[in-house]
Amino acid sequence: MNFEFTEEQLMIQQAARDYAQRELILDVIERDTHSIYPEKHVKALAELGFMGMMVSPEYDGSGMDTISYVLAMEELSKVDASVSVIMSVNNSLVCYGIEHFGTEEQKQKFLRPLARGEKIGAFLLSEPEAGSDATSQKTTADDKGDYYLLNGTKNWITNGNTASTYLVIAQTHPEKGHKGINVLIVDRNSPGISVGPHEDKMGMRSSDTHSVMFTDVKVSKENRIGEDGFGFKFAMKTLEGGRIGIAAQALGLASGALERSIKYAQERKAFGKELAKHQSVAFKIAEMAIKVENSRNLCLKAAWLKDQGKPYGYASAMAKYYAAESAMWVTTEAVQIHGGYGYVKEYHVERLMREAKLTQIYEGTSEIQKIVISRDLLHLK
Amino acid sequence: MNIYVCISNVPDTTTRIKYKAGNQEVDYTGVQWIINPWDELALTRAIELKEANPGAIGKIITITVGKADTEPTIRKALAIGADEAIRIDAVPLDAYSTASNIAEALKQEEPGIILCGVESSDFNSWSVGGMLSEIMELPSVSAVSSLNFENNKPIVTREIDGGKQQISVPVPCVLIVQKGIAIVPRIPSMRGIMTARTKPLKVNTGVSVDPLIKVSDYQAPPQKSVCKMIDPEHLEQLADLLHTEARVI
Repeated sequence: MNFEFTEEQLMIQQAARDYAQRELILDVIERDTHSIYPEKHVKALAELGFMGMMVSPEYDGSGMDTISYVLAMEELSKVDASVSVIMSVNNSLVCYGIEHFGTEEQKQKFLRPLARGEKIGAFLLSEPEAGSDATSQKTTADDKGDYYLLNGTKNWITNGNTASTYLVIAQTHPEKGHKGINVLIVDRNSPGISVGPHEDKMGMRSSDTHSVMFTDVKVSKENRIGEDGFGFKFAMKTLEGGRIGIAAQALGLASGALERSIKYAQERKAFGKELAKHQSVAFKIAEMAIKVENSRNLCLKAAWLKDQGKPYGYASAMAKYYAAESAMWVTTEAVQIHGGYGYVKEYHVERLMREAKLTQIYEGTSEIQKIVISRDLLHLK
Repeated sequence: MNIYVCISNVPDTTTRIKYKAGNQEVDYTGVQWIINPWDELALTRAIELKEANPGAIGKIITITVGKADTEPTIRKALAIGADEAIRIDAVPLDAYSTASNIAEALKQEEPGIILCGVESSDFNSWSVGGMLSEIMELPSVSAVSSLNFENNKPIVTREIDGGKQQISVPVPCVLIVQKGIAIVPRIPSMRGIMTARTKPLKVNTGVSVDPLIKVSDYQAPPQKSVCKMIDPEHLEQLADLLHTEARVI
């Protein structure tokens, strides 16, 4: 078993680290405080090829593997989880979904500009009354022959306002339950779409999160991905991979918090010696490091399985669950280690803690991950 | 016109330096290697100039003196945007042996501009660029903080005491560049990383050159001492310490 990374993977990790530590760090606090969208960073990351990292070069992507994606997501998330969630949604939900399940025409028309980062995508599944219970879709896509008529509301949509391309999950045949759900590629500028105000969130405040309302929006049948009724399976399959991105994001939050805690403990003194020489602090850091290492190993295992073409749903659920729970604990301890300084924005760790909370909730709550894992183990449907 | 950028392979700047063999050698165990920061800025500027003047500049070719273990660093330079790379298979024993090897390799090339970082972050000799230009008998400009093209000719800004000089330089030439030559080092794109392995990396045989410098031993600088606080009511203590301990007055 070889635990070493390739030269290319290390270069990608370093490129992401350099961008995060040189550029993202400069205005991350300001953007978080005032909920400013990171427009210039999204553009810069697109030019570097990060927005379509895993898409084949045939469709203008960078053709990188999932391990490289995990490494890049971790480095960016150490500094700015808002930027990394924008990247994650675009990469592992929207680009992945179209590349693996779309027709050639859909890939040529929609995937190319998304992979280049010229356009940003959004994934519209959650509704006001359907979060974890994704089968209870109330948004409808009525079959009108050669087009669908879309009506309903989606909420908590990352990139809701800045995306040009929406993947919308909606119910076409309610009598078939979840087998009557479809997924449609929708142009954000279609008549009948209105976007709600920017949500004032606890964390990841620099990414734009909105409700999106559809009123008699016409969507061509050519924009449906897969066969009639494929939408729920599409959502579940795509979220499996999306989980790896969010797991890597949680990993980055935890490892960023750990790095800052190590540095602070080596500098700050109490009772005549550095915090690092107090066993209570040193042991805390050891426990944080174990959780970070485990999170990383789970993320990389899930990524490796996906790259090998092997089933990875169980592994990605484990990675997402463990990394998110760890991130919440590690970032909270990081604030504790920093004491009063950990409570102010200037030292970054309070932001990491606020951001870690969301990783336990979105793209499948920790509870949902346990359902996925236990069903797999117990052979439950 | 081709631009040649001399790239030195140096330990990461956060490395904890250790010595071995009775402090006669540096212990490089576990060291992370990077492109010398000044050379990285030089390479960035070369790429910026090529993008801005595609007709005037042909290729950007990096040149490194080092063994095979320097190739990951060289490939990073290719990923950043160099077109080709040359590795001279030799150990860089000192600035003179490095400059001699680079000069020998450049005899087979047609350099327009040769860029050297002012110093390397490991040995800080500040010598390779100057020695290279003397060995090759080429014009050189030191302390270059900006490089531009006007009418397809290089114009440099050189930092001097009390001001700056603007100098028009004939090619071929050696430009010894310092901070300011580029503002932010270029980060390699995914495409650059993908194509780095396919770009030409030529290996030249090194020449045997006796170094001019022999290291007798290495010593770590003294640890920073504790800060001494002086009561502002007793400034004579400060004067006494500056005279007797610091010996600066």
